Amino acid sequence: MSDTAIPYMVKPNPVTGIPNGKFAIWLFLASEVMLFGALFSSYVLIRTGAPHWPPEGGLTSDLVSVPLGTLNTLVLITSSITIVLSWASCKLRNLKMFKVWMAITILLACAFLVVKYFEWMHKFELGHFPSHDNYFAIYFVLTGLHGLHIVGGIVVNLYLLTIGARMWNKDPEHFTNRVENAGLYWHFVDLVWIFLFPSLYLL
Amino acid sequence: MDETVYGWWLPPDVSTHGAKIDQLILILHWFMALLFVGWGIFFIYCLIKYRQRPGHSAVYAPIHAIATKYIEGAVVVVEVFLLFGLSTPVWLAYKNSPPDDAKALHIKLVAEQFAWNLQYPGKDKKFGRTDEGLISGDNPLGVDPEDKDGKDDIITVNQLHVPVHTPVIVEVSSKDVIHSFNIPVLRVKQDTIPGQRIPVWFEATKAGHYELACAQLCGLGHYRMRADVFIDTPEDYAKWESENAPPPQEAPAAAAPENAPAGNSPGPDTRPQDHGPSEPKSPPLEQHK
Amino acid sequence: MSVDTHAHATDSAHGHGHGDHGHELPFWRKYIFSVDHKVIGIQYAVTALVFLFFGFCLMMMMRWQLAYPGQPLPVLGKLLGENNMPGGVMAPEFYNQLGAMHGTIMVFLGVVPLAVGGFGNFVMPLQIGAPDMAFPRLNLASYWIFLPGCILMIASFLAPGGAAQSGWTSYPPLSVIAPAGQTFWLLSMVLIITSSLLGSINFIVTIVHMRAKGLTFWRLPFFVHAQLVTSFLLLLAFPPLEAASVLQLMDRVAHTSFFLPSGLVVSGEQLKVAGGGSPLLWQHLFWFLAHPEVYVLILPAMGIIAEVIANNTRKPLWGYRLLVYSVIFLGFMSFVVWAHHMFMTGMGTTMSTFFQTTTMIISIPSVIILTCFLMSLYGGNIRFTTPMLFATAFLPMFAIGGLTGLPLGLTASDIYLHDTFYVIGHFHYVVAPGTLFALFAGIYYWYPKATGRQMSPLLGKLHFWFSFVFINFVFMPMFFQGMAGLSRRLYDPTVYAHGRGVQALNVVISWGAWGLGLSQLIFIVNFFMSLKTGEKVAENPWHSTTLEWAAPSPPGHGNFLTEPVVYREPYEYSVPGHANDYSPQFVAEG
Ligand code: HEA
Ligand code: HEA
Ligand code: CUA
Ligand SMILES: [Cu+2]
Repeated sequence: MSDTAIPYMVKPNPVTGIPNGKFAIWLFLASEVMLFGALFSSYVLIRTGAPHWPPEGGLTSDLVSVPLGTLNTLVLITSSITIVLSWASCKLRNLKMFKVWMAITILLACAFLVVKYFEWMHKFELGHFPSHDNYFAIYFVLTGLHGLHIVGGIVVNLYLLTIGARMWNKDPEHFTNRVENAGLYWHFVDLVWIFLFPSLYLL
Repeated sequence: MDETVYGWWLPPDVSTHGAKIDQLILILHWFMALLFVGWGIFFIYCLIKYRQRPGHSAVYAPIHAIATKYIEGAVVVVEVFLLFGLSTPVWLAYKNSPPDDAKALHIKLVAEQFAWNLQYPGKDKKFGRTDEGLISGDNPLGVDPEDKDGKDDIITVNQLHVPVHTPVIVEVSSKDVIHSFNIPVLRVKQDTIPGQRIPVWFEATKAGHYELACAQLCGLGHYRMRADVFIDTPEDYAKWESENAPPPQEAPAAAAPENAPAGNSPGPDTRPQDHGPSEPKSPPLEQHK
Repeated sequence: MSVDTHAHATDSAHGHGHGDHGHELPFWRKYIFSVDHKVIGIQYAVTALVFLFFGFCLMMMMRWQLAYPGQPLPVLGKLLGENNMPGGVMAPEFYNQLGAMHGTIMVFLGVVPLAVGGFGNFVMPLQIGAPDMAFPRLNLASYWIFLPGCILMIASFLAPGGAAQSGWTSYPPLSVIAPAGQTFWLLSMVLIITSSLLGSINFIVTIVHMRAKGLTFWRLPFFVHAQLVTSFLLLLAFPPLEAASVLQLMDRVAHTSFFLPSGLVVSGEQLKVAGGGSPLLWQHLFWFLAHPEVYVLILPAMGIIAEVIANNTRKPLWGYRLLVYSVIFLGFMSFVVWAHHMFMTGMGTTMSTFFQTTTMIISIPSVIILTCFLMSLYGGNIRFTTPMLFATAFLPMFAIGGLTGLPLGLTASDIYLHDTFYVIGHFHYVVAPGTLFALFAGIYYWYPKATGRQMSPLLGKLHFWFSFVFINFVFMPMFFQGMAGLSRRLYDPTVYAHGRGVQALNVVISWGAWGLGLSQLIFIVNFFMSLKTGEKVAENPWHSTTLEWAAPSPPGHGNFLTEPVVYREPYEYSVPGHANDYSPQFVAEG
């Protein structure tokens, strides 16, 4: 790779106080806020325009499984903690513990997806496709997009756990920054779920 | 239809509220022209005076241009005036003071690809019930044949008849996609949004034969989604009303409009007509001055 | 990534011509999948120029139908197939496809990629003295996500039923029930949006983090400020359209009804969907993007104009700080005016009053910017080089476009003018003789930096004068058509009596457009010929002050021979007591 020397890849920039990568992640998250913000606004608009919500009557909690949703919320919150622990292990220069915590994070994320898979399948069995009504349309779009973000997170975390970890020997500080950035993203994904859960399952 | 009234500028205004709009448009354009010409003169002056030539050089020190501050200030003031002095009052007066419900003629309009369906309440001043479930080829509005309010309703396609000097409230809606109810000479324009009924009002001041044009892209037939607007003298209107009032139950289409609704998907059915050289398409109905 | 290759950069950049480096990269790594911001910038620029030309060709075909409705299109009429051109005459649905694709291509595949992807990528890192973008590989990725998006967009002409035909605004329900081309449009938009999100993150990080020593915020060239604000607009305004595209995709593919209300009856048959959606929701999401988007079209153009004017008036820009404050304010305000495109949808009076007020407010910074440019001419020593000609023309042209935005922004006059050719005239004055001229100015101005050669001044001037005259023949008559009440997007305007009244103007416009098209051939010839025959130039042919002129022309990998240091403000021209009439930022002594 014929890289030119890019400054502030590792060291913080004096203007913002953070390195390039972290700045980029914050910007990326800002755009993600707009993305999910737009979807939430659409949801609010469609919901307030509907004579009844969910459109087919009853309560949202009848249409989805609140226990499974709660379980998934707990799973994600836990994974947010474990990814912090993996980053802390890096800071403490302990690669082994990093790997352990990161592996747990990935497993939790997979667990989340597995639960989600069963939830979706159950809906399909009942004939509740996105076309069923706008509640399900929104449910599938929001959880689907969120699920894609989870998948993205898993890919990044897997990379850091395996090939990416080779950087540890050359430049542990840079590697630690990367773990931190992955963590920021993961917290965001977690946060989105914290909004999704009440608005799709409870309200 | 008298075509000579249409030129390169605003067509005649035959509505009570339109004069204010025209006035605003005129004032705006004078203001714009003034700004543009003023700044344009200065612009050309600079280009000539400060062109590069031997012995000429640029001035480094920034000039203190107090004048620009004043001009910018003036622009702001004028804009505030345009906004709160002209536009907003005209808009609010138009939007917030629709005519008295009891005095006005009410018409229901349902747009579709690519035709304008109109429903007049008839003598009883009550609209018959409509239901989209009942819509069919010869019942474009889905009027409930059982409903007695609907027995005397007049239903027309692409023919809007209104009496002159009478406030009219048209409730516009659409069956399929968004269209826009636009009568240039009456200075009205309102998108017709499926799922919504939006009242539009106007009061015509001059009898005549004009056009209703669809202003929102609505598919391949958007360009020919046109209706005739007849602003009738009270006598003519009464005559039209009585001629068209139904005995034959399913009233409509005295003159079957040749802009029959066509499918959205590019179907071959409308082709030949689409590609014919375009001659004026208004059917030769009764002509008014 | 942080391996120090500075040594390479230093000894490589001596090579002029094609910047042959000390170390060899295979061809495809150097020119196709390059991570060098300059190569990526040129890739963006050339791709965008091709699409601009393509988009223009679509429009030139439409102009035939508008001038001579219902008459067979010569030559092309036969070539485009019976589906699109039955009997050689354009079909209405084909007209709608051409219109929608013209708008989409010009905006998303033409101007934005050229102004941001092209000029932003090529010039901005040079102007801030950076060796490259902060994330070169992300930059590569954003181009290679953009390109498939474009190809998908063009390929949609081959889809059953043809390309998207619901306007570049794609209003549902029409777009939801439209043929398959619309799905291509949506997928392509998702790709293009993703690409520009990556790009804008890269731009912001680069500008904030990688400025050369001494290059403080108030010493940045105005072009960089404009790019920074533009990047923020892209970053924050595009995601809602991405969301909206996903929703519309769901409506089309999964038969949801986000944008479909209950009870739709299409061609006499009830649409079998759940209903309960809102067609206006799309419009809000779309314009929430698309208004900031129009400032994305104009801000980089203003940045280019600032550079060219300062350089050719040989004096500092008048009101540099005011300009910067104005673009930032413009950036903020552009998020709160979107519903001025929706005055006729039946919104409440509070909302419309709010939006017309913000619309008037947003015109103020534009007035200030134009005034600054105008005042910059005063007291100058103006050189009428080709870039300067285009920049000069930009001012009155943008003024016409901007001023005609005012009647549209006021609700009462918009009742009459909305969706007429007046709107078409308004925005073409800002995007075509406005932005497009600025982009031409930029091409003539930075071409020597990118290639080491000047473009022919003679051909450049011919190109300018022909374009300038013809483009006014194209767009000026549109205001009169709009005043006469002629609706836009009409396949055959002569259906209406008020359309027949202004049909003669359509003939003028069309011949103007074809003349404009021919004039572009001069540019194309100049563009390619100058690669071989243009006069060779050194680093700083325009005697300019900003950092990009410190690097060799063309700059090698890593850009600068020695790390640049900045000593002064960006536009120090004609400083009293200095030896030259320009005092570059990168030279310590006057
Ligand atoms: C580059 C793109 C661009 C820019 C900069 C603008 C700038 C502005 N636009 Fe425009 N606009 C579009 C692109 C743009 N627009 C497009 C693409 C559409 C149509 C979309 C569609 O429907 O398809 C549109 C449509 C549009 C509408 C909707 C019309 C309708 O559909 O009914 C409105 C309404 O408010 C509007 C208003 C404005 C205003 C107030 C400005 C203001 O920012 C303008 C401010 C500028 C000035 C006021 C000029 C000031 C300068 C001087 C006075 C100096 C004179 C100097 C000299 C002579 C040297 N625009
Ligand atoms: C950036 C945006 C942009 C630009 C630059 C243009 C440029 C032009 N536009 Fe367009 N236009 C739109 C955006 C734009 N347009 C949009 C958004 C719509 C609305 C669509 C809708 O209704 O949905 C529209 C609609 C529109 C209409 C209305 C159609 C209708 O309503 O039915 C017309 C009519 O004449 C028109 C004409 C033109 C013309 C003649 C040009 C000319 O100015 C073109 C000039 C082009 C060039 C000068 C090309 C330069 C490039 C080169 C020379 C390349 C050289 C190549 C190499 C070196 C490799 N445009
Ligand atoms: Cu209906 Cu256009
Ligand atoms: Cu706008």
